[in-house]
Amino acid sequence: MTRAFLALVRRDLALALGNGGGAGLGVVFFLAVVVVTPFAIGPDLNLLARIGPAILWIGALLASLIGLDRLFAADAEDGSLDLMFMSELPVELAAAAKGLAHWLATGLPLVVAAPVLSLLLNLEPAAIGALCLTLLVGTPAVTFLGLVGAAFAAAFRRGGLLVAVLVMPLTIPVLIFGVAATGAAIGGTVPFGAPFRILAGLSLGALVLGPVAAAAALRATRE
Amino acid sequence: MQLVVREVACRRGARELFRGLGFTVPAGRALVVTGPNGAGKSSLLRLLAGLASPVSGSIQLEGAPEPDAYREQVHYLGHLDAHKLALSASANLGFWRDLLGGVDQSSALEVEDALEAVGLGGLGGLPVAVLSAGQKRRLALARLLVVERPLWILDEPTTALDARAQALFASLARAHVEKGGLLVAATHAPLDLGAGDSLDLGAHVAHSAPVADAAAGEDAA
Repeated sequence: MTRAFLALVRRDLALALGNGGGAGLGVVFFLAVVVVTPFAIGPDLNLLARIGPAILWIGALLASLIGLDRLFAADAEDGSLDLMFMSELPVELAAAAKGLAHWLATGLPLVVAAPVLSLLLNLEPAAIGALCLTLLVGTPAVTFLGLVGAAFAAAFRRGGLLVAVLVMPLTIPVLIFGVAATGAAIGGTVPFGAPFRILAGLSLGALVLGPVAAAAALRATRE
Repeated sequence: MQLVVREVACRRGARELFRGLGFTVPAGRALVVTGPNGAGKSSLLRLLAGLASPVSGSIQLEGAPEPDAYREQVHYLGHLDAHKLALSASANLGFWRDLLGGVDQSSALEVEDALEAVGLGGLGGLPVAVLSAGQKRRLALARLLVVERPLWILDEPTTALDARAQALFASLARAHVEKGGLLVAATHAPLDLGAGDSLDLGAHVAHSAPVADAAAGEDAA
């Protein structure tokens, strides 16, 4: 079973990183959002530093959703999804494997790119550290919640918008506590630990519930 | 081991494709499903693969080592080849070997040997995107060889295959059946798949009159 899980992670990573894979897309989108923000806000460095974490989190959240609509849809279209149902690997774990590969290919690069982009928004070192930590903990939650929308998108043609509509509301708590924890790190009324622990809890919950719900959706939408 | 189908009914949308369908495929036998387009061949094969549930009736693999894990005993080759075009032929095949292979795969072929067996020797490094339709189908057939499973469910397996590849496929199928495997194939091509029966779904289509649980499975070839 471990072999099947790792095989699926490896294949999805190879597909995402290879030619025509969508791995770079998220980072480019993230970069675009963050780069245009200072132009829109104007040259007020204090204002940028204050709203910087929020901008970075919004960018990362939206970038994490890119490519999710094709996650199961591509497998459904070429017949791979049928065969995944015929493996000894439970569908829940197959969904988790695909989520893990998707996060490694699109979520992790966002975390790596965040410190560089933080400089564009005049974030101080403490805020940059806190931001990277919250993104590292929070982006898996977004990806794994997104699995549910991805599973539904596989059943419906043109399901791209569906993912955003279904998944966005679920990710709002992650966004709130991610930004709150980053804000707490650079001064505020609550200590960093309080919102950060809630964020970690949300993430752990999503890691478990996301694949289970996605598998249920995949089963329910198969005639 | 035998595949036992009892009183199966299948509905697609509002239309009933067939009902009261029953037959048995014993080990070492092949069943060829024929019938006009729209008779429900592919739907029947999806039921037999465990990918859809019948409206009524039961499908069982009697004498299987793990009766609860029906789908893990079945190879399903549908209309779609399930290849990733960006990956190489051997990467695709190796992936399915790892994903579908169970604990004991001692008798299954290695990726290179399976490619050789379907006539794709030396092409393993090429991305699937550059292979022809027939070569893609051969690669899909190779999947049957890299993972050992007793029941093969094949939906139009010879689509896009040339005459030599069709003969090659028939010999692979015969070898599987002679080893004591089970095989159910929907095909229009006149293939010799070894000892077996045929089932004409066209004679079994549920129009409006109820169809008796007969006809099928008894006309031994």
